Amino acid sequence: MSLHREEPKSFSFDAETLVKAKQVIAKYPEGRSRSAVMPLLDLAQRQVGGWLPRAAMDYVAQFLGLDPIKVYEVAHFYTMYNTKPVGRHHVQVCTNLPCWLRGSDQVVSACKKTLGIGVGETTPDGQFTLSEVECAGACVNAPVAAINDDYFEDLDEESVTRVLEAIKRGETPKHGPQNGRMNSAPLGGPTTLKGEG
Amino acid sequence: MLADKDRIFTNLYGQHDFGLKGAKSRGDWDGTKDILAKGREWIINEVKTSGLRGRGGAGFSTGVKWSFMPKEVGARPHFLVVNADEGEPGTCKDREILRHDPHKLVEGCLIAGFAVQAHAAYIYVRGEFFREAENLQAAIDQAREAGLIGKNACGSGWDFEVYVHRGMGAYVCGEESALIESLEGKKGQPRLKPPFPAGVGLYGCPTTVNNVESIAVVATILRRGATWFSSFGRPNNTGTKLFCISGHVNKPCNVEESMSIPLRELIEKHAGGVRGGWDNLLGIIPGGSSVPVLTKDVCDNVLMDFDALREVRSGLGTAAVIVMDKSTDIVKAIARLSYFYKHESCGQCTPCREGTGWMWRMMERMVSGEAEIEEIDMLDEVTRQVEGHTICALGDAAAWPIQGLIRNFRPEMERRILARRQARL
Amino acid sequence: MPKLTIDGQEIEVPANTTVLQAAEMLGIEIPRFCYHERLSIAGNCRMCLVEVEKAPKPVASCAMPVGEGMVVRTSTPNVLKARRGVMELILINHPLDCPICDQGGECDLQDQAVAFGRDHGRYAEKKHAVRRKNFGPLIKAEMTRCIHCTRCIRFTTEVAGVPDLGGIGRGEHMEIDTYVDKAIGTELSGCLIDLCPVGALTSAPYAFRARPWELKKTETIDALDAVGSHIRADSKGGEVLRVMPRNNDDINEEWLGDKSRFAIDGLMRQRLDRPYIRENGKLREATWDEALSLVSAKLKNTDAKAMAAIAGDLADCESVAALKDLMTDLKVSNLDCRQDFAQIDPSCRAGYLFNAGIAGIEQADALLIIGSNPRREAPVINARIRKRSLRGGFPVGVIGPKMDLTYKTEHLGESAALIEAIASGAHPFAAKLKAAKNPLLILGMGALSRHDGGAILASARKLAEACGVVKEGWNGFSVLHTAAARAGALDLGFVPAQGGRDVKGILEGAEKGDIQLVYLLGADEIDMSRLGRAFVIYQGHHGDAGAHRADVILPGAAYTEKNATYVNTEGRVQHTRLAVFPPGQAREDWKIVRAVAGAIGIHMPYDNLPQIRARLCDMNAVFARADLRQPAAWGAFGSAGTVADEPLKTAIANYYMTDPIGRASPTMAVCVETFLSGAEPRTGTHG
Repeated sequence: MSLHREEPKSFSFDAETLVKAKQVIAKYPEGRSRSAVMPLLDLAQRQVGGWLPRAAMDYVAQFLGLDPIKVYEVAHFYTMYNTKPVGRHHVQVCTNLPCWLRGSDQVVSACKKTLGIGVGETTPDGQFTLSEVECAGACVNAPVAAINDDYFEDLDEESVTRVLEAIKRGETPKHGPQNGRMNSAPLGGPTTLKGEG
Repeated sequence: MLADKDRIFTNLYGQHDFGLKGAKSRGDWDGTKDILAKGREWIINEVKTSGLRGRGGAGFSTGVKWSFMPKEVGARPHFLVVNADEGEPGTCKDREILRHDPHKLVEGCLIAGFAVQAHAAYIYVRGEFFREAENLQAAIDQAREAGLIGKNACGSGWDFEVYVHRGMGAYVCGEESALIESLEGKKGQPRLKPPFPAGVGLYGCPTTVNNVESIAVVATILRRGATWFSSFGRPNNTGTKLFCISGHVNKPCNVEESMSIPLRELIEKHAGGVRGGWDNLLGIIPGGSSVPVLTKDVCDNVLMDFDALREVRSGLGTAAVIVMDKSTDIVKAIARLSYFYKHESCGQCTPCREGTGWMWRMMERMVSGEAEIEEIDMLDEVTRQVEGHTICALGDAAAWPIQGLIRNFRPEMERRILARRQARL
Repeated sequence: MPKLTIDGQEIEVPANTTVLQAAEMLGIEIPRFCYHERLSIAGNCRMCLVEVEKAPKPVASCAMPVGEGMVVRTSTPNVLKARRGVMELILINHPLDCPICDQGGECDLQDQAVAFGRDHGRYAEKKHAVRRKNFGPLIKAEMTRCIHCTRCIRFTTEVAGVPDLGGIGRGEHMEIDTYVDKAIGTELSGCLIDLCPVGALTSAPYAFRARPWELKKTETIDALDAVGSHIRADSKGGEVLRVMPRNNDDINEEWLGDKSRFAIDGLMRQRLDRPYIRENGKLREATWDEALSLVSAKLKNTDAKAMAAIAGDLADCESVAALKDLMTDLKVSNLDCRQDFAQIDPSCRAGYLFNAGIAGIEQADALLIIGSNPRREAPVINARIRKRSLRGGFPVGVIGPKMDLTYKTEHLGESAALIEAIASGAHPFAAKLKAAKNPLLILGMGALSRHDGGAILASARKLAEACGVVKEGWNGFSVLHTAAARAGALDLGFVPAQGGRDVKGILEGAEKGDIQLVYLLGADEIDMSRLGRAFVIYQGHHGDAGAHRADVILPGAAYTEKNATYVNTEGRVQHTRLAVFPPGQAREDWKIVRAVAGAIGIHMPYDNLPQIRARLCDMNAVFARADLRQPAAWGAFGSAGTVADEPLKTAIANYYMTDPIGRASPTMAVCVETFLSGAEPRTGTHG
């Protein structure tokens, strides 16, 4: 596996992350700190800014007393670890069947057009990376795109463009359904649970 | 139609407070101590009697599963693991529980954990559900603060902790032994069975793995009684159920309904009907991407339960209904699922690692018609070389949609191949 | 013991047996790729599917434990269909490059494809290719051929204890990799070649050298360390092209150290293929007659007290016995086989053997290592210790330098004084040894070759007696030799006769001019500059240190070129077999000694192999029983004196170059560059 050009030479948790890391480890029984490898890699990725350089994997291995290869294996098995740098806003459009049936192709092309990049690419200013991902698990709100930790749902070309433009302007658009519906209730209002409480 | 008073998930759409106060107002954490006081045998029996079958797809009796745990706790502690790695295309029900009704899950964890003699539950939430995990963690913290879990949970004398563990993007971790591997900090590769988790699970200890929905309904079942729950649906297919209706319907939604509700009624009552009307229906995948697609004539009358859907050679799975109208390129739709399974294969065992790629590549050719008619049979054969030969069910899940396509839409596949051949000539 | 039926045959097997193992007991072979009896069960290749009554799907027999009343069918149409299906799936991304693949002809995949494969491929899509990987100078990785059985990952992780390999990525993109492009850092790396069922991992030095069916296969014994591993030497046209381990549960299981496997290209280099005589300071080619008459003249005309003989680390028992007979005849008492000055006491056999036996390591429940690095001195034995260690309940204490032995150890310190402290019970590790049922003590040459080695030996004996290392039914006192020749030469008494000098005395004598003739039987590890003006006869096979100093060279045979006897560190008498003939005019060594004797006019009572072997038995009855480990009686050994409070060293600094063959091997030179970063000394032993 080739290493990335921008690979930093060293990594260590900052003070804030270190506190979180210790909290994570405390969740698991004595002697089972290996369980913390995934959350710790996540913390490392967040600290680096969305991706995992090898130095971070080595650090986590050392932190947990694991053989580095075990950490490399984990980092390359789960798709949410990025082993290459990504933009500040990682736009991940679900293109699996339920989203595709409701126009994810159009959402992807609107993203490409708005961001001026292709799938798998990052804008030159390092602000956006565009990815296609597998089922996001919000199928009744399809099409869906996750931008970093938030889901933007019931998208179409117009609404996804609106969301991206807002982010470009430095705003924080409201996540969730973009067509005015209440979460996963039918558009126009629920057919059940219409009473109080 | 199920009456609102019989719905378990009364904050399904997040109209109300997901927190402890809101949850209590909806009846959660009511008399939990008394439930526990009735003892684990009573709990397990009541859950068995309710007919609750696992809501994660396989449909195994939840009560029976709990009874597989060792009766006595030996040197190894017992664990409860909750599978919140929801990722089966079409399925988005657990997400609603995690973010809008997390206390039902936490309370269910305590009861189930008590029943299997576990002092700790790990809830494995798929990594993408970041906000959902936040809500769940908040609910856990509230419950702990209120003494509902933690030391002497609810004053029951039982110590019980609930922890959230986030996945990081691997569908296969929805398979229980892969989930355990992942929870142990390894690649999510399914384990060989036997041994089963009830004997050797998390950290080599006896472990029960249950789906979010299975656990979240337990408290209500025990409060309202097994007979109440089993009064919905047909025998062997009882209870209420969260359905996810996606795809070509006018109003895609999640809804809690009675088991065994007719598919057509489900779609028309809650999802605003098929886009362009029922007659515009091409086919429906009734239980998440892994189950074979149904043609319209089957959809007309089929009931949404385990047995009815098995009779029509499909399955209830996760009760995720993916509706496709006549505008759908059905071959492409299934090919998209084939890509998904190829993408999510863990790579451990031969048939899945090699077969998912082969099936997807052939499916891509079926989409464009760049194939021979005989290759349809060959494709079917390849699916059968994978099916039943793998370590986990992902191989089966990759095979079934294609088998369903060939069984139900073979003329369409042949038409494309012939059209393509014609165009070449 | 559950009883089950397989293909209609009933069998009762121990619980925890797998269906595949039970079938094997019945002689029913089930095809497999990932299953390997010495590795953990992976169950991933799915080739071993069988039908089990009442099971809804075919089950992987390698992973399925037997159950009472189980009914198994291994060759129903459904099973065969499943196997054929799996076979096809394994093959779809496997390249069709058998004609240029070194595994060809001995490939599990080829064999099983013939048995279960279709006659043509149905896969019309693009095949995968994997970027070239660097696994170091010994392993040629062609990972496009990999079938992901993960035997290599399991071997490195479990047996070798160097978790360098992993499965990176997932699904069809999963690749076996080190991820960081590094050579696989184990002295057992060659075993990966044997384990890989396809041509993904093949031998780099052997690449494209031969096809298996062209090779002459000779079952023999390794002599490059003191383990006596069972090997097969494959040769073609007078050259040993490769060496592979043979299974032997008592010794090397089916593993082999990299030196023993890969140093063999040294057999074709720096060879002494004719006699030489030094004239005017330069060696010139000579005939056997010239050389023998010169040697006999010197032997006849030198005073017995001024003559000495040293047997080297590769010397076989036959030649050692013959040389001893010759020297005895000439009344020479200055004999020794301990080039490294090891103060081994030859009087008690139990004092110089690995008494626990290699397999006995698995019975041990505590271990103390004194002045030894088994990982470098005997990688195969180290693997056995690791195997035992993984089972748990096995405290391992180390006195000597800190080192990574691939298992958990407790470093007690470096000073030899610790031996006394444990023996007296003052040190807490004594309690661990005493608490053990079968405590094991491994004593290395690093301890015995010191100036106070005799005292250390006595001290170790005292420790063994005090801590229950030697008791009724168990002798855990285990000397780990580094030289294949050592135990045999000691058994033959190739040590100073009454009043004779040992190696130290010989060298001192030569320096002073008291020793005027030295006969080196393959002895290359002594400091040749200390031989002074002595006339040096060198008998051996490589132009190494001894030959460079020699006044006359008698060309001998390497261990692959003769039918010879070696005694391993356990005291096990074993025979090598001639795989190829010695080059040129080189001869079997005992015959050379006999010829020297003949030239002097001494008749030796053996003319052929059975006769010299009979002579070995005369000299020591242990030689009468080959291949068996013969327990040695405990006794008093070691010498008086105090153990110095000095740090212990270990015997081998450079694993790859401990002998003339390793030093002549280009492959070993590359290994030194790769694994030792050139920082280690080029010569193998501390002097």
